Amino acid sequence: MVDFLCETLGLPGWMASTVVALVQCGLLLGLVATGALVFIWGERKVAGRIQDRLGPTRVGGAFGWLQSLADGIKLLAKEDITPKDADWLLFKLAPYVGFTASFCAWLAMPFADGWVGERVNAGVFFVIAILGLEVFGVILAGYASGSKWSLFGAMREAAQVVSYEVPLGLCVVVPVLIAGSMDLITIGNQQAGWFTNWIIFHDPAAFAVFWVYFTCAVASVNRAPFDLAEAESELVAGFHTEYSGLRWSFFFMAEYGSMLLVSALAAILFLGGWNGPIPIFREFILPGLASITGWPTDSGILEYVGDLAGCANLIAKAATGVILMMWVRWTLPRLRIDQVMATCLKYCVPLAAVCFLFATFFKLVPSANPMPLNRLAPAAERTAVREGWNAGAERVRDRVDAGMGTEGSGQ
Amino acid sequence: MTVLGTIHVHTLFFFLFAMSTCGFALAVAMTSNIVRMAFFLTLSLGSTAGLFFLAGAEFVGAMQFMIYVGGTLVLLIFGVMLTAQSRFISMRTRAGEWVTTLLVAGAFLLILLYVAWSVDAWTAAPPAHRAADGSLTTQIGLALSGVRLDGGTGYMLPFLVVSVHLLVVLLGAGYLARTKRRNRCVSDVHG
Amino acid sequence: MNPLAYPVTVSHYLAVGAVLFVAGIICMAVKRNALGVLMGVELVLNGANVNFVAFGSRVLRDESLGLDGHVFALFVIVLAAAEAAVALAIALNYYNNHSTIDVDQADELKG
Repeated sequence: MVDFLCETLGLPGWMASTVVALVQCGLLLGLVATGALVFIWGERKVAGRIQDRLGPTRVGGAFGWLQSLADGIKLLAKEDITPKDADWLLFKLAPYVGFTASFCAWLAMPFADGWVGERVNAGVFFVIAILGLEVFGVILAGYASGSKWSLFGAMREAAQVVSYEVPLGLCVVVPVLIAGSMDLITIGNQQAGWFTNWIIFHDPAAFAVFWVYFTCAVASVNRAPFDLAEAESELVAGFHTEYSGLRWSFFFMAEYGSMLLVSALAAILFLGGWNGPIPIFREFILPGLASITGWPTDSGILEYVGDLAGCANLIAKAATGVILMMWVRWTLPRLRIDQVMATCLKYCVPLAAVCFLFATFFKLVPSANPMPLNRLAPAAERTAVREGWNAGAERVRDRVDAGMGTEGSGQ
Repeated sequence: MTVLGTIHVHTLFFFLFAMSTCGFALAVAMTSNIVRMAFFLTLSLGSTAGLFFLAGAEFVGAMQFMIYVGGTLVLLIFGVMLTAQSRFISMRTRAGEWVTTLLVAGAFLLILLYVAWSVDAWTAAPPAHRAADGSLTTQIGLALSGVRLDGGTGYMLPFLVVSVHLLVVLLGAGYLARTKRRNRCVSDVHG
Repeated sequence: MNPLAYPVTVSHYLAVGAVLFVAGIICMAVKRNALGVLMGVELVLNGANVNFVAFGSRVLRDESLGLDGHVFALFVIVLAAAEAAVALAIALNYYNNHSTIDVDQADELKG
């Protein structure tokens, strides 16, 4: 795309790159913002159904689907108040810090094979790292508000998020270990084919660690039952007690953005990413289209259609994860802070560590392929990785020298 | 247009990140409000991670975000909040100390900048724009487990030493900061 | 003379490292708050890290330190984290004992 702009429009290189970057940022921002709007509406509907009522029904037709847009307009019109005791600079900046962190992680998140803002070599690591920065927005907001409720919320948040990053990191390592790569696109592509190729079905440890991951992810994005930072029964509204109007809504954008993010990460790491449960598209629809149009199956447009389907697939999986989180929120009561810490240190960390050890040993077993279903579909890349590992460092050296083993030939 | 046309994207972004790194680092040194210092430090270290990405060190950059910014600084802000009472938040320094410090620091900066531009091999432009080495993360991983692909010695032993060191530090810090019976001194002050 | 038209060299990175280092030195020298001094130490370590990465980068120079630079930077980051944890524990202990975190007040041995 950079080349296209350079050649046809005669733009200098840096301008073309900037235009491309702006377009990509715009797309991502659109996705995150629309996602937040849709999920806020969804949350109210889910909450309504679980509490045996209807939720919003009036704005915009039968399902009230314009409700969150109306809410947004209402928030825009609200007065932006800064308390007298607040540290005005940090108070004003904090919501943007939180939102920026939650949005930046999307830069390395692929939506389909090759559809990614910036392909980072250590993609998994990058996403988890940026996600951890969201806590700064909350801490600064809590501190700068100059209110005791906010400060308590921020302290709880700091303790909770730093603790939960440990099991979250351990959980994420397991699929990385199985796939042999930290590149999200490589991990996603390895799970092509039937759903038995998904990493969650690779071995028992992976299946167990998925649920640990989900728990830790819920805790690290501050959703109930772990939303101690804003526990409204004790702390009024926690860290955003003093906020109003648009700044307040930025916290919510950040929260829903990171919910979608951890769900999308779970989808890529455990649930096959952009590959559907049954390879119906690649096996049937794509050849069908090819025979109708007469194009070869690897032509640009058909590839594009395939990627589009993959993208829809990934977003559907991520949305399912978000709806699951909503379900959890409206079903379970909130934990106490000591129970939250106990959940992390006594259950999540040991479970994740045991799963990690199990996955390591599983990797060392010579024919670690107990599921014959795995062989139904071509997982050529995975086999290549396994061979590269088994043949030892000599082979790895050759591959890296030859420029082939970009990733995946290591651990 | 000719001036704009020759701009190097890599250089442009380098200057953006370098300016925010240096600017916020100086802001850390100049502010006397401890909470704002912590915030500026976060921004400075975050921009440094950006510089690492530009230098092709993706893994180190991600590590910087994860451990430095996400771990160490959260810990630091935690400490600030635990000790932040109004009289400690903003502690002034005397003008004399500022003058001495700025003299020494200015001299240091001049020497370092002089050294940075005194070696020809360092100022020589890279031969051509080349992409970052894609296998670097793999190589770092292998080097930490003792296998070096480019012929040097691995880092198995340092890695183990650092791991044990971290474990000791974890235990030690937990021991030092454990809750104790309230000290007499504190109860005197607060009645 | 447009500085943006030239590719980035190792020297540019060294300059950034120097500024970070000096900012850290200033921070360590003028702050009376123990945690402020700690932040100065972090800045200095980070300046060193920038240099390691610059020397290890193959994007900036052909004959670089290679892997050594990156791995050293990683070790620095890890050790900085360890150092911050211990220093913070000491600072909190000091605050508990003296109910201040002004380093100028830490001139008596009796805790």
